[in-house]
Amino acid sequence: MATELQLTKRYGVKDSYTLKVSLETGGYASLPKLFAMTPEQVVEEVKASSLKGRGGAGFPTGMKWSFVPKNTGKPVYLVVNADESEPGTFTDRYLLANDPHLLLEGIICASFAIGCHTSYIYIRGEFKQQFDRLNDAIVEAKKAGYLGKNIQGSGFDLEVYVHRGAGAYICGEETGLLESLEGKKGQPRIKPPFPAVQGLFACPTIVNNVKTIASVPWIISNGAKSYASIGTQESPGTHIFGLSGHVNQTGYWELPFGMPMMDFINNYGKGVKGKLKAVIPGGSSCPILTAKECEDLTLTYESMKAHGTMFGTGCAIIMNEHTDMAEVLKNLTHFYADESCGQCTPCREGTAWEDRLMKKILAGEATAKDLDLMLETADNMEGKTICVFASALAMPVRSFIKKFREDFEKRLIKNTVSVPETVS
Amino acid sequence: MAVQFEQKTIDEFEGIAKRYPVRRAALLPALWLAQREFGWISEEAMVCVAKLVGVSPMQVMEVAGFYTMYQKNKPGKYHLQVCQTIACLLAGSEEIKKTIERVLDLKPGQTTPDGQFSYQTVECLASCHTAPCMQVNDDYHENLTPESTEKLIAELRKK
Ligand SMILES: Cc1cc2nc3c(=O)[nH]c(=O)nc-3n(C[C@H](O)[C@H](O)[C@H](O)COP(=O)(O)O)c2cc1C
Ligand code: SF4
Ligand code: FES
Repeated sequence: MATELQLTKRYGVKDSYTLKVSLETGGYASLPKLFAMTPEQVVEEVKASSLKGRGGAGFPTGMKWSFVPKNTGKPVYLVVNADESEPGTFTDRYLLANDPHLLLEGIICASFAIGCHTSYIYIRGEFKQQFDRLNDAIVEAKKAGYLGKNIQGSGFDLEVYVHRGAGAYICGEETGLLESLEGKKGQPRIKPPFPAVQGLFACPTIVNNVKTIASVPWIISNGAKSYASIGTQESPGTHIFGLSGHVNQTGYWELPFGMPMMDFINNYGKGVKGKLKAVIPGGSSCPILTAKECEDLTLTYESMKAHGTMFGTGCAIIMNEHTDMAEVLKNLTHFYADESCGQCTPCREGTAWEDRLMKKILAGEATAKDLDLMLETADNMEGKTICVFASALAMPVRSFIKKFREDFEKRLIKNTVSVPETVS
Repeated sequence: MAVQFEQKTIDEFEGIAKRYPVRRAALLPALWLAQREFGWISEEAMVCVAKLVGVSPMQVMEVAGFYTMYQKNKPGKYHLQVCQTIACLLAGSEEIKKTIERVLDLKPGQTTPDGQFSYQTVECLASCHTAPCMQVNDDYHENLTPESTEKLIAELRKK
């Protein structure tokens, strides 16, 4: 039996983004159940569902919510991360455009759970259509008593505002995002304090991804047990998985966790154009996998981890045999060098170095020493920075060079090849 | 002559500023309003924004400089923003860039002498499954080919 769609059921329905269609198709149906619970019960329910954050790190959502300190006298904020800028990732965009009311319903659930009365949606600047849709949806919801004071007679008040970014990848990092929301440059903050304790305007703040929040209404309506029975034990529920690159059909599909990667590529992506060479499984920051490694890979957090990579955003980039990994890595070093916020020396210098070295390699002016220098630079970038952006380049650099060394070596000045690392 | 916000924009801004407990938080929205009203973020516009928000012009300059979507030079009537990141690279974004550069005789960061087109390369637009893609002003154009790119430019020219 096919699993019920939780996140994408209104996609393709005419005017799916309007309140009218939302209500006709079960929108906001979780609220009576929600308001019959206590906030603590909602947190427990989400904990019991084992829902993991979809923003990249996969942090358990219920647990994150439980970190909000009680009775500080300060307001609590919920901030929805709709910055979606991780290269290869494109599914929040459609959720925002197709079903803004599902997100609002999720925001109501999450805000009620953590005691928030003002929530901000931080949306990347390029999503102008989605920005307008969200604002329209908020106006509609407010008029109908789903937002504002005393929502549906529950006594619970909530205002939701959309805040538009303006082009900076680093604003997807949650503390960079909070800085940006405060009207500053989006430079990540040193942690601790973590946002749950001291976040937006120095108040307790929960930052969650769009799909994380949109997953909550189903959990409230159907219960944590039903949610946990979908997918695998460590990766419960459904997710919107994406495919880009060298497949016959690119796109996105909502599926339960657990499908083998090759089935996903073959059945949904209609197979690889040519022969499979490599997969970046969840956005450009995830270590790359060889075709062989994908043979027994499944679309779960645990399988990705067991293969030395990360689930990330669940949007995979597929590359065929004709792909030159040196060219692809140059593309990534350029991206990270360009997008580093510049606060930390190892990141600012390291990303620039990696990019310069890749340029040298592509120009055919590099020696084996330069390849070693790239790996050394990657090591020096990690663990010494304010945020994990630097690691997000270090990991690809290491995995590309380790797994596809021949693509780099053939561009080196001859007779300088060092002994290759063993490829497992 | 110094640029100035229209009264109704000022009123709109005051409505937005109320959403935040701290007025400075409305700086990004103020810069968006300035870009809408003046077409780009000139130094004069920054001074104007600073006055409106109640921060120093230096602070505005710093923030405006950090975000790539605030145009620090006057863009063309049609601002072409071509994605050059990984999925678009795999799908042929280099060909799209070359096409634009040939047809309009532009390099990234330049504007045509008649002010019709400006061109910029950008990073992942979150449309990787419809690569290669570009944004023209606020609109996405997806699954581009050199031919469709040329056709699009010709259509925009006629508008
Ligand atoms: C460099 C960088 C960029 C990020 N970009 C995004 C993003 O675009 N969208 C997102 O939801 N999370 C992004 N994250 C993850 C956030 O920091 C944060 O973990 C997430 O929003 C938390 O939500 P979740 O618990 O629902 O996953 C990024 C992290 C880093 C380090
Ligand atoms: S690691 Fe890089 S992106 Fe993150 S705070 Fe430091 S300089 Fe900025
Ligand atoms: S890489 Fe071009 S849209 Fe994502």
